[in-house]
Amino acid sequence: MIHRVGSRGKRYITTVIIGAGHAGLAMSRCLAERSIDHVLLERGEIANSWKTERWDSLRLLTPNWQSRLPGYRYRGDDPDGFRTMPETIEFIERYARVISAPVRTHTEVISVRRSDDGYEVAAGEATWHCDTIVLASGACNIPQVPALSTAVPAQIATLTSAQYRNPAQLDGGGVLVVGASATGAQIADEIHRSGRPVTLAVGEHVRVPRIYRGRDIQWWMDVAGVLDERYDQVDDVVRVRNGPSLQLAGYPDRRMIDLNSLAQIGVKLVGRVMGINNGKAQFSGSLRNVCELADLKMNRLLGTIDEWASANGLHSEISPPHRFEPTRVEASPPLGIDLTHGEIRTIVWATGYRPDYSWLEVPVLDHKGHIRHDGGIVQYPGMYLIGMPFLRRRKSSLIDGAGDDARDLSARLASYLSRRKRAFLQARQPRHGMASPRLI
Amino acid sequence: MITTQKTAENGVNVEALLGAREALSKAPEAAQFKWRATCKWMNGTHSRSTIDGFYGLGDEHKHKTQFTFDADHPEVFASEDKGATPVEFVLAGLASCLTAGIAAVAQLRQIKLRSVSATLEGTMDIRGILGADTDVRNGFQGIKVIYNIDADASPDDIKALVAQSQKRSAVYDIITNPTNVMVEVQ
Repeated sequence: MIHRVGSRGKRYITTVIIGAGHAGLAMSRCLAERSIDHVLLERGEIANSWKTERWDSLRLLTPNWQSRLPGYRYRGDDPDGFRTMPETIEFIERYARVISAPVRTHTEVISVRRSDDGYEVAAGEATWHCDTIVLASGACNIPQVPALSTAVPAQIATLTSAQYRNPAQLDGGGVLVVGASATGAQIADEIHRSGRPVTLAVGEHVRVPRIYRGRDIQWWMDVAGVLDERYDQVDDVVRVRNGPSLQLAGYPDRRMIDLNSLAQIGVKLVGRVMGINNGKAQFSGSLRNVCELADLKMNRLLGTIDEWASANGLHSEISPPHRFEPTRVEASPPLGIDLTHGEIRTIVWATGYRPDYSWLEVPVLDHKGHIRHDGGIVQYPGMYLIGMPFLRRRKSSLIDGAGDDARDLSARLASYLSRRKRAFLQARQPRHGMASPRLI
Repeated sequence: MITTQKTAENGVNVEALLGAREALSKAPEAAQFKWRATCKWMNGTHSRSTIDGFYGLGDEHKHKTQFTFDADHPEVFASEDKGATPVEFVLAGLASCLTAGIAAVAQLRQIKLRSVSATLEGTMDIRGILGADTDVRNGFQGIKVIYNIDADASPDDIKALVAQSQKRSAVYDIITNPTNVMVEVQ
């Protein structure tokens, strides 16, 4: 092959899928069913984020049975177990093989531009020309660290949850974990048990039990239809999409992780980090309220589950309804810690992620840097988005949610292609002896 | 979406608030407000603050009337007690902010309120303001707010109103989180 500067290999294809994670692969399978030719461009390897951006002990937060993808499901003997990361990677890699997904690995997308009749995707050594494009590059590309992190004193080591692997990475001494969603809570638990005293800064969070009335919470949310709730049925989809993840862990012993369990082992709970001034971290005085909000919200979910269980005749078969102890918050949690005193040696930012669209040169981002879309249909013809929180349903952020979203969006993509084709053929009808293809 | 204009049963025009939220998320510059007060020393620890206008939605606004507030210290501080103490204004501000929030959230959630009352208490070790012990802070050690709410809703739904109101309250945020304060002399 000869490569010249400024001249890339040109390739034509109907659909380019960016990203070969579970969502891109589910889309690939649905497009293949419709005989739509496509390629998946993957910056690294299949399941790249799972391979390179997760800590060692992490297990999926959803049970094995729940990761159902189009044409693929769990067939092992531990349906209620939680996959380790190597098992998750293996599961996704095997899916790519089973569906013979046309994946180009180590092909980083450099730019996506609008062209006259579709999109132009510069990736690796080639430029792909396509009619339609599916963005499946994930929601968690760049750790989101608050701006105040720049004021952290130099003697404190800092790392993000994407860089964290295990406690042995850290110095001895105290650790401030910032963020108490699934990631922050699990990391706090693990680090504290390693003998490094943890202070956990807690903002808004979503508390749920692992097991309720003898069944996994994901099972309840699945059967009761909570996970199928659609994006156009909720009051404020923007708020839901930006909300924190469920405070869950996939421990093999199925134990519950929450602020009470963390406080029980000695983790110190403080409010959200609101400022760092002269080396002093300042915590919000709102800890009690964020815990109250989480307790009330959890009880509403359990109420929904109880109603569903009664209505579906399950009430007598399973253990009776109950409520969990409210989150214990000490009377006056500390409002600050002097980071120069040596008590805290490390800060772990478990403050969430944002997607990376630096390669996307199509004006579809809003002022917050999110893609403007309606249930994954981007406000630019022929462009689709998949694998984002609450994209079309509550379960859209789960592996299990990619299937229904891919089925819906592949149908929309196919109908866009056929509309386009009709318009093209109509435009080619000779009129005044001239063909003038106008597509849109 | 077209909605009919109605004033809520709790007297809060929620549609207007939701409309404003929708409009302002598209025009963030109009959302920039400036709240103002002026203050004049009267005598001793007595001062008088005046509030008559603010800036917002790209324009200056006047309150319907000018409001004045006298503040002073009580007689146990060897003052003349011509007004509430400034820290009591803080409690009043917090109570009013949370109570307004409760009414708005209740309206949005279709909860009819019959009565809402709050009792507030801020605890303070005055050795701080006296400079008697530098380890004691000047401000409140803590604030306790107790609500009594009579409404057509379950106890948990009422708790959720109060929790949501705290989540959206400006004064609650101002008190619980640090704010940069710049004081200059001209």
